[in-house]
Amino acid sequence: MSRQLKFIIWLLLVLLAAVLVLADIKFVSETFWRLAWPLVLAIILCVIRITLGPTPADRVMSIDILGILIIGICALLALVTGRDMFLDIAIAWALQSFISTLALAKYLEGKSFDD
Amino acid sequence: MININFLALSAIIVGIAFDIFGCLGLVRLPDVYNRLQASTKCVTLGTCSIMFGIFLQYGFSLMGIKSWLVIIFLLLTSPVAAHALARAAHKSGIKLTPKSVVDKYAEDKQ
Repeated sequence: MSRQLKFIIWLLLVLLAAVLVLADIKFVSETFWRLAWPLVLAIILCVIRITLGPTPADRVMSIDILGILIIGICALLALVTGRDMFLDIAIAWALQSFISTLALAKYLEGKSFDD
Repeated sequence: MININFLALSAIIVGIAFDIFGCLGLVRLPDVYNRLQASTKCVTLGTCSIMFGIFLQYGFSLMGIKSWLVIIFLLLTSPVAAHALARAAHKSGIKLTPKSVVDKYAEDKQ
């Protein structure tokens, strides 16, 4: 499979998932969609960098940034719906993303996890 | 429909603008180190600003305290992750872009 074809398939899958999720959330509130469409655009830009990043460090960094953007979307959901459940998800996501990025950085550096 | 007050809405819009500019730098810049420099700072400040907007909207309630918790976690962990990632990229032998001027870390290692 060529590189361009892979890229197009990835982008179409992400667009499909975003449209499905947002069509569901649009019943919750119109304000959320008015605030959150730049974040969805930023997530699509991140997926472009994950797809055609030339080195593994690019991909790890993009996945880290993707986690931070998802924390922002959780914050907007908590703002619109008024529930604090979404902020719990944001705290857990922040810690887990930090630990996974550190582990992948250690792996790139070529060390074992002990030192 | 909730009504968001003016200060919270302005903080949230500034945060969203920082997020989208950081991800634009993630796509546009030529090198892994430049991309780290753009994206990590901008996106961390953007998400922290969105959380500060939640605090301005809800005050010292449960959600305000939790948003401060997220801000503290992000400000503590994101520069550490970016530093570790840049060090790992330099040690695993990823080249700088040809337009770059100076590389002090490679000079120090010799």
